[in-house]
Amino acid sequence: MSICIETKPNGQPMHFSQLGEQLRALAGQSVILQNCLGQRYIAAGQKNLRVEIEGIPGNALGAYLGEGSSITVHGNAQDATGDTMSAGSITIHGSTGDAAGYGMRGGMILVKGNAGYRAGIHMKEYGKTCPKLIIGGCAGDFLGEYQAGGIIAVLGLGTEGKAPVGRFCGTGQHGGRIFLRGDALPAELPPQVSVRNAEQADLALLLPSLTQFCEAFGADFSMLQASPYWLLTPNSSNPYTDLYAIY
Amino acid sequence: MELYVHPEFEIVRNEKKCIACRVCERQCANCAHGYDADSGSMEGYDEKCVNCHRCVTLCPTKALKIVQTAHTFRPNANWSNNTIRELYLQANTGGVLLSSMGNPRPLPNYFDRILLNASQVTNPPIDPLREPMETRTYLGKKSIPLQRGAAGKLIENLTPQIALTMPLMFSAMSYGSISYNAHASLARAATELGICYNTGEGGLHRAFYRYGSNTIVQVASGRFGIHTDYLMAGAAVEIKMGQGAKPGIGGHLPGKKNVGEVARTRMTPDGSDAISPAPHHDIYSIEDLRQLVYSLKETAGNSKPIIVKIAAVHNVAAIASGVARSGADIIAIDGFRGGTGAAPTRIRDHVGIPIELALASVDTRLREEGIRDDISLVVGGSIRSAADWIKAIALGADACYIATGALLALGCHLCRSCHIGLCNWGIATQRADLVKRLNPEIGAERLVNLVKAWQHELKEVMGGMGINSVEALRGNRLMLRGVGMTQEELRVLGIEHAGS
Ligand code: SF4
Ligand code: SF4
Repeated sequence: MSICIETKPNGQPMHFSQLGEQLRALAGQSVILQNCLGQRYIAAGQKNLRVEIEGIPGNALGAYLGEGSSITVHGNAQDATGDTMSAGSITIHGSTGDAAGYGMRGGMILVKGNAGYRAGIHMKEYGKTCPKLIIGGCAGDFLGEYQAGGIIAVLGLGTEGKAPVGRFCGTGQHGGRIFLRGDALPAELPPQVSVRNAEQADLALLLPSLTQFCEAFGADFSMLQASPYWLLTPNSSNPYTDLYAIY
Repeated sequence: MELYVHPEFEIVRNEKKCIACRVCERQCANCAHGYDADSGSMEGYDEKCVNCHRCVTLCPTKALKIVQTAHTFRPNANWSNNTIRELYLQANTGGVLLSSMGNPRPLPNYFDRILLNASQVTNPPIDPLREPMETRTYLGKKSIPLQRGAAGKLIENLTPQIALTMPLMFSAMSYGSISYNAHASLARAATELGICYNTGEGGLHRAFYRYGSNTIVQVASGRFGIHTDYLMAGAAVEIKMGQGAKPGIGGHLPGKKNVGEVARTRMTPDGSDAISPAPHHDIYSIEDLRQLVYSLKETAGNSKPIIVKIAAVHNVAAIASGVARSGADIIAIDGFRGGTGAAPTRIRDHVGIPIELALASVDTRLREEGIRDDISLVVGGSIRSAADWIKAIALGADACYIATGALLALGCHLCRSCHIGLCNWGIATQRADLVKRLNPEIGAERLVNLVKAWQHELKEVMGGMGINSVEALRGNRLMLRGVGMTQEELRVLGIEHAGS
């Protein structure tokens, strides 16, 4: 049984602090937020909370999200979705704004549509936790900047024939993997990044996430599986070592 | 062609005293001592010495001293020896000069030109040995209106505060830039003293969660070691926007130091560089900063005060005014003499402004705007003694941060070679055999000694002024006078010249 919260009682959107207080008291439960209208920080740092959002959540949705939590958005999300999340999942049946998955170190973000600038920046993996950010449409500039781990995939659904990312993709990347579906590559890639066609063994890392993507959004798995992918990896895990003169 | 750079220091061994016990050889991680089996005597390799005094301190016969070389270029007031050496090094390597600890340049120190007041005759001094002296300090928002419930009972609406036994804390030094034992010493000492230490941006080792109520956890642009439990572990969360030693640039822990427990605590892949760039890539305005502040407040269920740390730069007063409106509870300002585990030399030595001036201008600005009580002010950046500490409080600080001073208490000899990672004192290193040299129990005891001594000095000076609570010293610039300063310097500091 899900608990319903009307986030627009008396026609006025509820303040984020009031909503946050209610959600913190509901750990361990399933919650549906109705008429969500830009409330920030929904489920920030929460563990074991399942939230379905009808409407549009505000910035920093699921920031620092912890184990056992899942967030589903039936609409678009805004900036800083899943900022520094540790675990859990965020599923967006729409697009998300800038800096989605900033510094995320675990869990999964699935975006049906597009992501703005700086998606997956500073993503890191650690031990067995490997964060995953799957974007169905396109991503803006600076995708995976300073990435130090984890998997980012941009599927470019609906923009076939064009590179699905903007400029400066993977600048400063020193760990992790970026998969770009399709034949087209961005015109220029930064010097820290190597690019090659993803092989069977590489795709094995991606397929479980694609399965989840298709389950969430009803996309065509066999088509995704049969598509070509570029794989971007860092040239070095120590990209700036030669910069300094030590004395 | 590689230009020869003559060593800066010479190892001088008194052959009459030396017993060739080889202690120096074992103690020097820079391998600046060797043993010649043929002659049965010790040798020194000057080019490897960083002047850390480890060998000097441990030599059983006190046969060693380190001297600055007398070797010189043709004396030139414009082109100093050091300037020429650095230039040669860059021509040899093409590298950005990297160094550590605080700015060593002889720039004006305003603390040294400020003098304190004392009572005579009319307002008698107080004897701190006999009378109670209050140094307890609460950091956080103070401008909360009193509210009463229906029955006239006070409604508890105070926002979260950091409670300290005195207005002093150990400032941010990450695990990675300093050792496990250094962190252990700081954590234990802070707990015993009833103050706080600060994790820096390297995360919190799981063994130190038990010191949580005396810990400030930091969030920086690289987001190292941050997860839900970490954010709840401390007494407060500090957002690092800048650091006095390197304003405008970020941190970079080389992969060779980011290994094992350090990498695990940072939650990064073993051996990869830990890069925290200058900007938080989601912060371009005070509104964006506000978003990070509130995301942390929400995560902590509004139970933790949020500190925003910035470097003292030219327009620090305007920036601080913005920070005070971001929802932060505490602003920390780090002056240009603040230390670092590694920073580009040119930035460390040339970027930023003295904390004395930054503090005075921020305090003045916040007062003028009527928002001083919305936020507490913590300052650091070379608070070297209780005298600097007291002067900073009288200039308007609610509390001070110390780091270099704390490391000196742990044995640091200010060789400014932390970035090399071979600290012979077990502080700025991750090499297990070196880390072992710092015993956290003794380290903590020495820190406690230092801070208790400073606290007593604070009480004595307060007593001399006829003040019995540190509250009454805070921002009390009438207790300060300047010597040898220009009108402009006095104006910025908001103090009178001595004699007037
Ligand atoms: S680096 Fe330190 S231990 Fe080594 S010779 Fe110099 S002063 Fe002695
Ligand atoms: S911490 Fe160690 S390496 Fe750094 S200045 Fe002090 S003694 Fe030297």
